[in-house]
Amino acid sequence: MSAPTQQRHSVPEQGPKTWSRRTNPRATVVAGLLIAALGLLTVVAVGVGDYPLSPVEVVKAIFAGVDGGFASTVVLEWRMPRAIAAVAFGAALGVAGALFQTVTRNSLGSPDIIGFTTGSYTGVLIGVVLVGSSFLSTSIWAMIGGLATAAVVYVLAFRQGVQGFRLIIVGIGITAMLSSFNTYLLLQAQTEIAMAASIWAAGSLNLTEWSQVWPALILLGVLAPAVWLLARPLRQLELGDDSAKAHGVPVEPARMAIMAIGVALTAAVTAAAGPIAFIALAAPQVAARLMRTGGLPLFGSALVGGLLLLGADLIAQHVVPAAVPVGTVTVVIGGLYLIYVLAQQARRSA
Amino acid sequence: MSEPVKSRLSAQGLTLSYDKQTISRDLSVEIPDGSFTVIVGPNACGKSTLLRSLSRLLAPGKGQVVLDGQAIASMRAKEVAKQIGLLPQTSIAPDGITVADLVSRGRYPHQGLIRQWTATDEAAVAAAMEDTGITELADRGVDELSGGQRQRVWVAVALAQVTPILLLDEPTTYLDIAHQISLLDLFARLHRQGRTIVAVLHDLNHAARYGTHLIAMRDGEIIKEGPPAEVVTEQGVHDVFGLPCLVIDDPVTGTPMVVPRAIVGDSVSA
Repeated sequence: MSAPTQQRHSVPEQGPKTWSRRTNPRATVVAGLLIAALGLLTVVAVGVGDYPLSPVEVVKAIFAGVDGGFASTVVLEWRMPRAIAAVAFGAALGVAGALFQTVTRNSLGSPDIIGFTTGSYTGVLIGVVLVGSSFLSTSIWAMIGGLATAAVVYVLAFRQGVQGFRLIIVGIGITAMLSSFNTYLLLQAQTEIAMAASIWAAGSLNLTEWSQVWPALILLGVLAPAVWLLARPLRQLELGDDSAKAHGVPVEPARMAIMAIGVALTAAVTAAAGPIAFIALAAPQVAARLMRTGGLPLFGSALVGGLLLLGADLIAQHVVPAAVPVGTVTVVIGGLYLIYVLAQQARRSA
Repeated sequence: MSEPVKSRLSAQGLTLSYDKQTISRDLSVEIPDGSFTVIVGPNACGKSTLLRSLSRLLAPGKGQVVLDGQAIASMRAKEVAKQIGLLPQTSIAPDGITVADLVSRGRYPHQGLIRQWTATDEAAVAAAMEDTGITELADRGVDELSGGQRQRVWVAVALAQVTPILLLDEPTTYLDIAHQISLLDLFARLHRQGRTIVAVLHDLNHAARYGTHLIAMRDGEIIKEGPPAEVVTEQGVHDVFGLPCLVIDDPVTGTPMVVPRAIVGDSVSA
């Protein structure tokens, strides 16, 4: 749009090119490797089970299409929805984590920590225990609970704009309050209802049909362009509010939009699968360390998030003696990761 | 004020406050085009506050900041950012970012939704690094640089914006004297290239040496304004800082130089 403006210093047309902003070779290579790993792991994931298929058989079954016989039915109808859900949900959580951690400028600033997950559980419990609605509408109750909690945290943390640290502190406070409220609701509920609610709260990818996966996938597909649009203002917010404003970013609206998208991404996943912890926390940090980009890479976080959740789901289904919800596995992995981060920080400050 | 100065950037009747605390009332100022304007004054006199309002970082309670006859509050943020660049007091370099990547972030106001990165952007970034003498550091991590080098990188970020007006908020604070002077020399060079520069500086001698137009503030008001020789006088320094002093010619540049005397009431007197 704009021609190079009236500056008297000479702009070298093409100086000796020792660098280029566009290419970060390491990030490109890492992204390629992650995509390859994601493809391989997906093939493995849809191959294992009571009816095992070799990777070659899996690929054949995929290309044979829906009419390709029993193997194709197993791969495309039974196992693929779950694998695709794992990749897409993991990617969404990874991006949500990168958005939140960048906006709060804190590696703990994930939707988990600021109360979204606990809030969506509260929503489900209110719906099931108090209102007595069926489990079919859990998704909606989870959505309402999560969004309401996020809104409350945002408003309480707002003081001439929202500051990352205050948001996290308020979020932790609200999370603690809601956790005890959740416990109270569980104690009030009948045993079967409490059991069912607890299973939802563990976070599971037990989606056996495409019809259960599509709504979330469509929602994520709608959100993807919004993430793309917000990526550049996000990179400006990293430089501090003053720099971002000086570069022409409407800081507070941008921040609010980024958080809203982060919450929406998490909400879509939580509504479909229940709360899945720690992917949002870990994926961006892992991606940044692998790619060595400035700040937290969005695309990298999506790839690492997908890989983490797919891997965790494989472990949850096939590695542990009795199949457990994937949320349990991510909590364990995430716990180890958190210990690692804290240990590293302690070493740095020592 | 004999003849009217040309001024693209001015402020009219500003009331500036943080929270409930009002810093300035009915503050008006004109930044002469092509000047190296330096705002000086004691701590908490409102000089940074004025600069923040000029750069759109602080919205005035009353009054308006005007750029080319238009209130900047009514202009699109990116349009203002194409005309006015700012070196803020504090900025954050993302972990692990390289110099070239950071400098390229200054191109934001020139980029649209679709058109993301062009040869013009590339050239502007290269020129900004060249002007600040950091081309050699392009691929280095910002966190491994010294304080002086890092400040040059931030200047390059503002230069990559390619704005005719450049605002600098205490650019030399925290740097040793050699780095202060080399940075001020850089600003003087940028000024000679045709930019209008407005800086907040603590050191009066630096202000007198590098500035072409001085604005002296105290308690949120402008006390004195004009060329260094008119503002930096024994009486002027006393009025603004309450400091008794001797003003002599700087032996190097001939600009006014302040030599403080002891403040009245202290044991050592001159």
